Amino acid sequence: MSRAAARVRPPQGAALAFTILALVLSVGAYVIAGLGKRGHVPVTIALYGSIFTIGYLAAFFVIRRVAPLADPALFPTACVLTGLGFAMIFRLSGGLAAEQATWVAVGLAAFCGTLLFVRDHRQLDAYTYTIGFLGIGLLLLPIVPGIGRTINGARLWVSVGPIGFQPSEIAKVLLVVFLASYLNAKKELLQVATARLGPLRLPAAKHLAPVLVAWGTSLAVLFLQRDLGASLLYFGIFVVMLWVATGRAAYVVIGLVLFAVGAGLGYLAFSHVQLRVDVWLHALDPKKVFEQGYGQVAQAQFGMATGGLVGTGLGRGSPGLVPFASTDFIFASFGEELGLFGTTALLLMYVALVGKGLAIALRCSDGFGKLLAAGLATIIGLQTFVIVGGVTRVIPLTGVTLPFVSYGGSSLVANFVLLALLVRVSAGPAPRRGGG
Amino acid sequence: MDRQIRRLGAVMLAMFFILFAQINYLQVFAADRLADNPANAQRQLIAEYQVDRGSILARDGQTVLAVSHKGPGDLRYERRYPNGPLYADVTGYYSFIFGRSQLEQSANDFLAGTAPELLPQTLTDQILGRPKRGATVITTIDPAIQAAASRALGSEPGAVVAIDPATGDVLALVANPTFDPNEISSQDPDTARKAFERLNADPNKPLVSRADAELYPPGSTFKLVTAAAALANGFGPDSQWDNPPVLDLPNTSETLSNFGGEHCLGGASKVSLADALRISCNVVFGEVGLALGADKLAEQARAFGFAPASGEGDVPFDIPFVEGVFPDPSYFADRVPAIALSAIGQDNVAANPMQMALVAAAIANGGVEMRPRLISEIRDPSGRVIKTYEPQEYSTPLTPENARILTSMMVSVVENGTGVNAQIPGVQVAGKTGTAQHGDGLAPHAWFVSFAPADAPQIAVAVIVLDGGSLGSEATGGAVAAPIAKAVMEAALGR
Repeated sequence: MSRAAARVRPPQGAALAFTILALVLSVGAYVIAGLGKRGHVPVTIALYGSIFTIGYLAAFFVIRRVAPLADPALFPTACVLTGLGFAMIFRLSGGLAAEQATWVAVGLAAFCGTLLFVRDHRQLDAYTYTIGFLGIGLLLLPIVPGIGRTINGARLWVSVGPIGFQPSEIAKVLLVVFLASYLNAKKELLQVATARLGPLRLPAAKHLAPVLVAWGTSLAVLFLQRDLGASLLYFGIFVVMLWVATGRAAYVVIGLVLFAVGAGLGYLAFSHVQLRVDVWLHALDPKKVFEQGYGQVAQAQFGMATGGLVGTGLGRGSPGLVPFASTDFIFASFGEELGLFGTTALLLMYVALVGKGLAIALRCSDGFGKLLAAGLATIIGLQTFVIVGGVTRVIPLTGVTLPFVSYGGSSLVANFVLLALLVRVSAGPAPRRGGG
Repeated sequence: MDRQIRRLGAVMLAMFFILFAQINYLQVFAADRLADNPANAQRQLIAEYQVDRGSILARDGQTVLAVSHKGPGDLRYERRYPNGPLYADVTGYYSFIFGRSQLEQSANDFLAGTAPELLPQTLTDQILGRPKRGATVITTIDPAIQAAASRALGSEPGAVVAIDPATGDVLALVANPTFDPNEISSQDPDTARKAFERLNADPNKPLVSRADAELYPPGSTFKLVTAAAALANGFGPDSQWDNPPVLDLPNTSETLSNFGGEHCLGGASKVSLADALRISCNVVFGEVGLALGADKLAEQARAFGFAPASGEGDVPFDIPFVEGVFPDPSYFADRVPAIALSAIGQDNVAANPMQMALVAAAIANGGVEMRPRLISEIRDPSGRVIKTYEPQEYSTPLTPENARILTSMMVSVVENGTGVNAQIPGVQVAGKTGTAQHGDGLAPHAWFVSFAPADAPQIAVAVIVLDGGSLGSEATGGAVAAPIAKAVMEAALGR
């Protein structure tokens, strides 16, 4: 009695229809951006059009072959986000678009490769520590002298020859796999409360170690790499997964306290953290708005205000006035050119991805799969909240990418791998050759 | 774990709810406030340059004074002035960095399309996805007269204003030095900044129009105002006045002398008011002023539009206009000699060509002074007239009878007085010269104020050439300014 048999097979053709819709939206947005900016269909239409067409359809057929029971909307939703992001990047810079198109192809290949390679997500459960060490290793790789590179004040990059990448993006996915596996195995131990701290019932100190490791890793990332956003993200995922695995509120409380301590230390230790907080509070202060660091957040607000309800139209606004318009601030670029309607649609797509991810976690019958899907969905949700909240001044800005949308190869490839894992959990094990 | 996953979903939803609330706040509720933030200059600039700004046209509705061209890049429309400096003092400049001046500023609501009259048009354009378009401003400027004025003034420092006496239409408005508004209005910030800094640092202030925004002693051209007051108070053109070589001023040892120290009319014992105007006799006009008193002179000057102090005038005009100044009578209470000096346009009396053209136009128009008018109508982008500015009376400084008498006195000035250089064959010209001292050792300002034809005036002109222009201390209003006025009148009369 396999779990797959219990699954409701999605309506035939729905996945294909969604994929074609995603293709039409992606290529359509790119063509409209070209028309809006230059008044003619982009001359690169044949090249980029075929990358998207071949890439999406190839991935669709891989899903149909090795994960036929996959959620039909998951992959197409990510494709729409990818396509819209590409259209915006294209409209901001033809050069960046060429790179992003390459990364879209690599990302889709990584998606297919992951689905083909991981034929059953439970395979991964066997390599808990290997994956964990690999993740931490990748995370700390940029600190290694000689290959680490500091870009925009954060030491996140690794350069080998001409190829640069951000290993933390892949590390993020590996760490979720590790945590899902580790916590699933240890959840009973971590649930047992043997110590008391005031009203909180805590597990034995040795079982608390992983939380402290998580905290330490986050702080290390913060202090050694000066990457606020990633630090926040890792810590959030650790705490969330710990809580999901154990159901103990104590972890959340301790997590929040540790976060407050870490954030306080970061604030005291680093002027750039102080600056981020001050920018958050005073971005539009007329006395400060022309100072370094304040302008970018202020410009993002202005851009979104310019967009208003319906936006200026793709290619018709001036999102380039906002620094980092294609990476950290790409959400503001959408706010300007697609208006509130566009930003609402974008956010709804993330709500759909997160909701789908959590629903997959609920449906999955094994603990590892549940934790994995919930963790992956949390990454998407938390990361979206951190960057969109930062751009819109809900929280201080910390530089992370907007999943699938922002320019950036490492991020895009990592997100497609993440997506492949979610698709795999949703679909269950790949059918055996000749079988169903 | 399922319970936690469901709760996690609720937490995530709550977080996204915060984001939804915030984007609604930013993009709808706070959008206008953010758009107007002073730090948002770049986007405001872009928004402004996205507008197909309306043209400024001459009275023929054809000649382009200012127009917006489609340019490259984000700054879509670029402001151009096809005639360079020729109409600069009418249109002004249009710069995001340095603001706007003259009509570009005062008619901005129409030109930029923000005036309420344009709302239906703007909404239609928005729905159809067309760029916002501004309205066309039709001015009263006559290109032929403007060109003639500019040519006649040449490189002399000074200004020329020509008015249609019957309507108050400003037919020409030229000042020297002027500037090329294309430079300041350039979308290249460097070009604009360099031009603005150079023009702003120039001691001759090219950006401030000498035609209507600066004040100078009007000298003997002010005798027209004094003469009008005399006529209004019972002193006819034939009234006889003592003619000493110099006028002893009361309560002081000072005297008032004639131009060049001459004795008026060859030393005749009596001089009529008409002759005194014809030969511009200072001594007699000093007497007239003293005989009338400060109250009557001030009253007459007010009726022509002179203000008690700079910037306190009430003559409406479409671009910044600093009315002439004649001090409040209280000023003369313990300065009786100043009344004689003021009567000949010295002391604290001040004017500019716009003010003096209004004086001439009022005399020419039977004593009725029309409001100066620079904009005649506004047309929406499809050519429909959405607003018309009708000629309006400003005041009645003279009775029709006195206007007729003063006109004939002014005709004598040109026929056989100080203004012979303004004679036009076959046309009766009325005029008055002025040679205004404005400091020891400085060459006088040369003035000429006139209108033609005297019996049915079509144009009134006021000309000032500062510091005597190329003639320097040898200059007189008749020698330097009258020929310029003549050329402008000829252009208007088609000669």
